[in-house]
Amino acid sequence: MTALTERDLIATSGARTGADARSPRKRTRGVGGAITRWVGIAIVAVYCLAPFYWMLVSSFRTTNDIFDTSLLPTTWSLESYAQVFDSSNDFGRSLLNSLIVAGTTTILALVLGIFAAYAIARLKFRFKSGILAVIIATSMFPGIAVVVPLLRLFTDIGWINTYQAMIVPSLSFAIPLAVWNLTTFMKQLPHDLEQAAMIDGCTKWQAFTKILLPLAAPGVFTTAILTFIHSWNEFIIALSMANDPAIQTATVAISKFTGASDFQAPFGAQMAAGVVVTIPLMIVVLIFQRRIVDGLTSGATK
Amino acid sequence: MATLLLSPTFIVLVLVIVYPLLSAVYQSLFSAESGLDADGFVVEGESFVGLGNYADIFAGAESGRFYNALWNTTFFTFVTVALETVIGVAFAVAMNRAFKGRAFLRAAILIPWAIPTAVSGLLWRWIFQSNGIANDLLNTQVLWTAEGFAAQVAVIIAEVWKTAPFIGLLVLAGMQLIPEEVYEAAKLDGANAWKQFVSITLPLVRPALLVAVLFRLLDALRMFDLPFVLIGPRKSSVETLSILAWDESNQLQYGTASAFAIILLVYVALIAFVFIRVLGADVVGDADKQAEKAARKQAARAAKEAGR
Repeated sequence: MTALTERDLIATSGARTGADARSPRKRTRGVGGAITRWVGIAIVAVYCLAPFYWMLVSSFRTTNDIFDTSLLPTTWSLESYAQVFDSSNDFGRSLLNSLIVAGTTTILALVLGIFAAYAIARLKFRFKSGILAVIIATSMFPGIAVVVPLLRLFTDIGWINTYQAMIVPSLSFAIPLAVWNLTTFMKQLPHDLEQAAMIDGCTKWQAFTKILLPLAAPGVFTTAILTFIHSWNEFIIALSMANDPAIQTATVAISKFTGASDFQAPFGAQMAAGVVVTIPLMIVVLIFQRRIVDGLTSGATK
Repeated sequence: MATLLLSPTFIVLVLVIVYPLLSAVYQSLFSAESGLDADGFVVEGESFVGLGNYADIFAGAESGRFYNALWNTTFFTFVTVALETVIGVAFAVAMNRAFKGRAFLRAAILIPWAIPTAVSGLLWRWIFQSNGIANDLLNTQVLWTAEGFAAQVAVIIAEVWKTAPFIGLLVLAGMQLIPEEVYEAAKLDGANAWKQFVSITLPLVRPALLVAVLFRLLDALRMFDLPFVLIGPRKSSVETLSILAWDESNQLQYGTASAFAIILLVYVALIAFVFIRVLGADVVGDADKQAEKAARKQAARAAKEAGR
């Protein structure tokens, strides 16, 4: 068995830069290959979907059937959903709180992130990679290291049970996330158009707003989705900064769900609430899956 | 110009990260315990104890709880990340070979990732109920959500379920950058599927895999939501450092809580440092050109090795 020939190596390095490097592969395989392939798909799909399916099915059972293990509810019922939104749980309010907190966090992080990312991707200045490294490093920060001191501060200035007490600490992970994603994205955009615009008499600012921003719109959008999902799913900050049910977010409200009776945890209602919290994310994920995957992976495979 | 654009971000980061960090260091030097002063009066409030909180944590009467939480954090982190990596890579291989089902798989694999951790905690709590589906399928009577090893297993399963697909996604993205020619050349030279995987796929996805594993390590070290919701706070078998710190601050013991938070932070930084130094994970990815060159060289070398 000999090593590769020169020709193969050239083909290899050529393909790396070739535009078709990402195109789907065509491999010739027999029936055996097809079977293992479908088994692989089935395993991945069952692994990912089965637990979620169980949550969905359980949420449609009646309280009496809740411990059934049939694949479909014997009696379909919206009882659990009614329980979620009744006045004692007031889950609609929690959803609104989540929307306010996650939405504001996302918008703030995007506005700051766009300027910072533009500077890092387009301008020349000293310590650039150092600055990017610092921003990334901050995203590795354990949430609790921010929560403990801020909890104290917010108690002192009377911010407990306010939206800003949840939004401000959320920026500690949202901004690094936004800056990093936007920077990766802006670096991929060609310089030429902006330069052409500036030769034609545009200022740097005009080149930024009229050329780069529209081009970067898909990246901004992807970043917005990712930041929003992270903020929506945030738990430890919201748990620590709010104890008033009227202000707490959906993820916290769900973890504190109690039923009408103390005898049994309201599993049906918990599952229904879980479905309600997850469905908006699910819809976003299904519509924008390609963009989300690009956003998640762009950092790792530059 | 750059300063102008970057300063808002930095001002906010200073406010939400640098200030809390310094404040945590400062607070960790104080103790909230009430005691008697020199004249025999009861003093409520805070007294400066220097490194006393740290000494108490490492060697005091309550140090057992800390070492337990430290062990749990470490145990969960390394076990879950190891399992996630294996499952994630296997998923990436399966997805890479699927052409027809790929869009469907990509949507499916994002679902565990998109579910809020708190919800996934509830979901697994329901699955692991004593008369729930897990015991039903396994035909066992295990009390998963009580204390003990079963609770740790439950946390590990739930965590791996949620995060292995994430590794799978990142690795898949790395795999799709490998040119098909490398495989064809190896095949011509008689390398079987396993050999191709070990000599070509693994070395070439290594950069993407390292970044994914690093992210997961650092994320797992601060684990909070899942054990908190799935099993509950103040359960020694699943108490992580984050939960311990949270519980202390909940008891208004800000000094000890801050000390725990600082210790966790140092631990996270240490692991990140070792990981980046030893394995050379390129997180910033600033050296685009060099990486490209290195990848090419590596592809050639990998192809050679596969054919050998």
